[in-house]
Amino acid sequence: MATASDREALSGVKEEYQYGFSMPEEYVFKARKGLNHEVIDQISDMKNEPDWMREFRHRSLDIFLAKPMPTWGADLSEIDFDDIYYYIKPVEKQGKSWDDIPDSIKDTFDRLGIPEAERNFLAGVGAQYESEVVYHSLQEQWTKLGVVFLDTDTALREHEDVFKEYFGSVIPPADNKFAALNSAVWSGGSYVYVPKGVHVDIPLQAYFRINAQNMGQFERTLIIVEEGASMHYVEGCTAPIYASDSLHSAVVEIIVKKDGRCRYSTIQNWSNNVYNLVTKRATTEAGATMEWIDANLGSKVTMKYPAVYMLGPKAHGEILSIAFAGRGQTLDAGGKVVHGAPNTSSKILSKSISKNGGRASYRGLLKVAKGATGSKSTVVCDALLLDDGSRSDTYPYIEIDEQDVQVGHEASVSKVNEEQIFYLMSRGLSEEEAAGMIVSGFIEPMVKELPMEYAVEMNRLIQLQMEGSIG
Amino acid sequence: MTSELVIRDLHVAVNDGEKAVLKGVNMTIRQGEVHALMGPNGSGKSTLSYAIMGHPHYTITSGDILLDGESILELEPNERARRGLFLAFQYPVAVPGVSMANFLRTAVSNIRGYTDQPAPAAEGRSGVVGSNLMPMREFRKEMLDKMDEFHVDRDFAKRYLNEGFSGGEKKRVEILQMAMLQPKIAIMDETDSGLDIDALRVVSDGVNKLAGPGLGIMLITHYQRILNYVRPDFVHVFYNGRVVMSGGPELAHELEQKGYQWVKDQFGANGEQ
Ligand SMILES: Nc1ncnc2c1ncn2[C@@H]1O[C@H](COP(=O)(O)OP(=O)(O)OP(=O)(O)O)[C@@H](O)[C@H]1O
Ligand SMILES: [Mg+2]
Repeated sequence: MATASDREALSGVKEEYQYGFSMPEEYVFKARKGLNHEVIDQISDMKNEPDWMREFRHRSLDIFLAKPMPTWGADLSEIDFDDIYYYIKPVEKQGKSWDDIPDSIKDTFDRLGIPEAERNFLAGVGAQYESEVVYHSLQEQWTKLGVVFLDTDTALREHEDVFKEYFGSVIPPADNKFAALNSAVWSGGSYVYVPKGVHVDIPLQAYFRINAQNMGQFERTLIIVEEGASMHYVEGCTAPIYASDSLHSAVVEIIVKKDGRCRYSTIQNWSNNVYNLVTKRATTEAGATMEWIDANLGSKVTMKYPAVYMLGPKAHGEILSIAFAGRGQTLDAGGKVVHGAPNTSSKILSKSISKNGGRASYRGLLKVAKGATGSKSTVVCDALLLDDGSRSDTYPYIEIDEQDVQVGHEASVSKVNEEQIFYLMSRGLSEEEAAGMIVSGFIEPMVKELPMEYAVEMNRLIQLQMEGSIG
Repeated sequence: MTSELVIRDLHVAVNDGEKAVLKGVNMTIRQGEVHALMGPNGSGKSTLSYAIMGHPHYTITSGDILLDGESILELEPNERARRGLFLAFQYPVAVPGVSMANFLRTAVSNIRGYTDQPAPAAEGRSGVVGSNLMPMREFRKEMLDKMDEFHVDRDFAKRYLNEGFSGGEKKRVEILQMAMLQPKIAIMDETDSGLDIDALRVVSDGVNKLAGPGLGIMLITHYQRILNYVRPDFVHVFYNGRVVMSGGPELAHELEQKGYQWVKDQFGANGEQ
């Protein structure tokens, strides 16, 4: 699979990470390691930001410093906040076209097969290399319709009024320690605005990569879907291997107005040293729908619980979550649904896979507030264990303050079925291939919701993850 | 060279080797031959099929299974399949979420050696996962042709393998897989059970289409009925873990008339004469 130089680069890494290559870093500016108010000012200066954003960052830093580390979930004690660069700007300007992208970056994308995805999807591609979006294109017709798809920094400059209205409104800095951190040092990410009644029928895509040692990625995404509008946003990412730990802490805020629809799909395949601590939340108004499809592979620790707050009657929220934990990995994933209005409905479907002693847990919150009468929710979590040493736990938190509601919760844990393995092997598949196929089948209900190219990529990732896992 | 599967004094136990099920089976199946294997419930027919295919729960305590003169006991089930063995399951297993087409393409690519080549790649780069499978177009055409030929609705290509298939549909899909994988020796474990009259006809026609000089078949069955369509060259009666009688097609008729009591009377409760 890997070339000789890949193999060399990977030597010393215990578990092969297939996308574990890195390109020479081309920095324009690199803030020094560690975090204090001075670094915040440097970032704001570099970005030439309005004062309110500078103040927001400073305020957030104070909150971050004051908040204790979470004591539940995964072990985060090894994160050294002083050993992280909080800002790197890789190239001077935004790439106008694919030709403007440096070769080393292109090569990285090439190996990931991204140009193919671009060819196949004539949609806008936002590719984040290190902490800036370097390439952005959006089909002209949408621009005409008033759709805005920009990196978040540019959006702040060009659409400050709308930006200011919504930024931090769904996830305030005080929400949790990592949201506060992101609010203080955020950089990059995507901004999407879909005007009233506009349907964006081709998924908007963005790729995120980490490519500097100890580089924290703090992208910030803000999506506003106006009344009766709809869109699908797709994010996929994978990261190279480095010896020391890497922190990724994103914030994604989504506002779906009355009768709007938004789907946000993610495939993340972090290298095994990354802490992936992400806060994702959407609010939905009356009759609006929000769907999170969230597939998490790799990383050292992932803590991620996409949330939907249903604030208007008949709002709907769906969360499909996949977690695949291998050796030495803890994936703590799930979802939160909050029913804040009558006749709202939600569904959480979680599928977790653990192998080689990995630990994949479901953690979820279902809350029905007083007055949210006639609300319905189903939560289904299925865990698949590939070997005896692996682990899966379920932490379903349910808070219901209303009588007239329908709530269902199902959980199952299963092992890979030997009869299925034998059947597939009798047809010529190796044991590894057979197990991979069973795993792909297990998550198929979610993968089939992804755009075709991503579904294909997802199945490739599963196969790569399965390589060498048996025996 | 004509392939041949030789089962030599095979003893097989289940339950971690505690329970002996096969007690000295001898049988030879050559390409081009059709053997019918009949025997009462629980006599060990499926156990024999699993042992031939290499199911890990079936322990060979003594004896041997040879394909073209070489023992296959150490081979994994997929390696046995690569060498030309096929088992049509009595109870095909469902694999939820895996489409028949995807499964079959992977299977065919393994059996025909496509996957022996690494995924194609530009110089110094890794090839894309799955790009060394049988080319999609070629595969699709062949699969659809075979689906038509063996009366499997084309919709089944998208359906999840054996999930929610009726008993008869599962059996037809086993035949389809066999047609795609083109084995040298096929063991068909009660492929005729649970079929209505029309389906029995379809399945029998399928077996007849596949039968020929390139294929040796062991047809495990409880009924004479399928043997009216598929003419066996040899009939074996299986009883208590062994082959106790062998003969031509007339043996099946005799068995149908006289029932297994006739066998029991001759070979006793332990299968000892
Ligand atoms: N995995 C197993 N564990 C325990 N016992 C088994 C196992 N497989 C087979 N047996 C036992 O071995 C004996 C033979 O079973 P087998 O399925 O081979 O019979 P069969 O001839 O195929 O019967 P049928 O005609 O009903 O299909 C039975 O007593 C069965 O219970
Ligand atoms: Mg049987």
